[in-house]
Amino acid sequence: MVAVPSPWHEATVLRIERATPHSLSVFLQASVARPVAGQHLVVRLSAPDGYEASRSYSIASAPDAADIELLVERIDDGEVSPFLHDVLRPGDRLDVRGPLGGHFIWRPEGSGPLLLVAGGSGIAPLMAMVRDWARPAASVPLLLIASARRWDDLAFRDELLALQARETQFAFVAATTREAVARPGHFSQRLDAALLRQCLQRWRQAPRHVYVCGANRFVEAVAGGLLDAGVPASVIRTERYGGA
Amino acid sequence: MVTTRGFTGRRPSSLKAPRLPPGQFETDDFPVLSKGPAPRIELATWRFTLSHGPRPLASWSWAEFDALPRTTWQGDIHCVTTWSKFDTTWEGVSFDDLLAAAGVEAPTAHLLALSLDDYDTNVPVADLVGGRGMVATRFGGEPLTAEHGGPARLLVPHLYFWKSAKWIKGLRFTARDEAGFWELRGYHMRGDPWRQQRYSDDP
Repeated sequence: MVAVPSPWHEATVLRIERATPHSLSVFLQASVARPVAGQHLVVRLSAPDGYEASRSYSIASAPDAADIELLVERIDDGEVSPFLHDVLRPGDRLDVRGPLGGHFIWRPEGSGPLLLVAGGSGIAPLMAMVRDWARPAASVPLLLIASARRWDDLAFRDELLALQARETQFAFVAATTREAVARPGHFSQRLDAALLRQCLQRWRQAPRHVYVCGANRFVEAVAGGLLDAGVPASVIRTERYGGA
Repeated sequence: MVTTRGFTGRRPSSLKAPRLPPGQFETDDFPVLSKGPAPRIELATWRFTLSHGPRPLASWSWAEFDALPRTTWQGDIHCVTTWSKFDTTWEGVSFDDLLAAAGVEAPTAHLLALSLDDYDTNVPVADLVGGRGMVATRFGGEPLTAEHGGPARLLVPHLYFWKSAKWIKGLRFTARDEAGFWELRGYHMRGDPWRQQRYSDDP
């Protein structure tokens, strides 16, 4: 009999940082293959009696980062995310599988203007793309539109604002749906077709690659709005999570 | 495998546990997954084509397809992303009835389900015959919505749900077992949830 290597790897929790009021960044050390920006890991929790629960989390860290960063939003009635929020602490070990995903991925050699649209914690895989794009040197224009309920719910906000300040090729637009934010260049409204069109016009680029990630209703609305704005369906990749 | 410190988990009830394949959890939602935007489809121009390689065997307009014998299936569905949904009800045209309407027998043992968004997925013919697969046009008694694959999607409920191709436009018999969209990107060629055939390196 030939021993089949297990696809699971043991990961160690290095540190846990608050990302937003509802989400944490969990940093892991794991000897997994180098990810491509946009890929995810499957995290498996195992109880003493063998019961298991697995969920997928997008990798937010850059592919060449030393540690793997996962953004975990707390789903209050969930099974796994409340455990990761309330019980997990540095030094704990988890099983992980991956990196996985062969479609919602972006490689730096990808040519042409890049448009990323995030809803809530859907920013995680797009953040890996932003970080990959930003080093060593940005080659193509990148527009990131991030929607969140409030200004403080924008994960990675300060890093994105700092990147915007130093990198002329990077455009960052935040849209807050439940809080008025008086900041030039940002909006306090739902990301509808009109706002998408306005953002694209101001950007003055025709996106060559588009990645949209968020809750299903958000992704459907954004994808529809982009099609209405003349973006071809063939360049739009989507990743959705959660129910309708 | 490491035991996760402090994790006990949320067990399914003893009634539901036998219905849940390994590594799955039950959800009341109906999550949506697709590689891109839902295509915009007009029933007036919709066609469904059965083909053997490049050669068409039979083709139906929406009105013709809608007039074919109908089958109802009720049961549980399982997505590779680990959610399962219990007691779903689907209505459509069974694969057996499609072949009968076309007046053909399956010419090969494999096929690719083809979608209007250029998605495709391979399914063994053995997983479709004998009432095991259908082209569904209704869910829960209502016409299938676009986000769930309407107007018509494949339904192979005993395999992971990526095999149940949304926005289907045809079935193409192939001489060999040809990998489809996700199968080319690391997912399993068959996808049996009870054997946890999630990724290509699963047995």
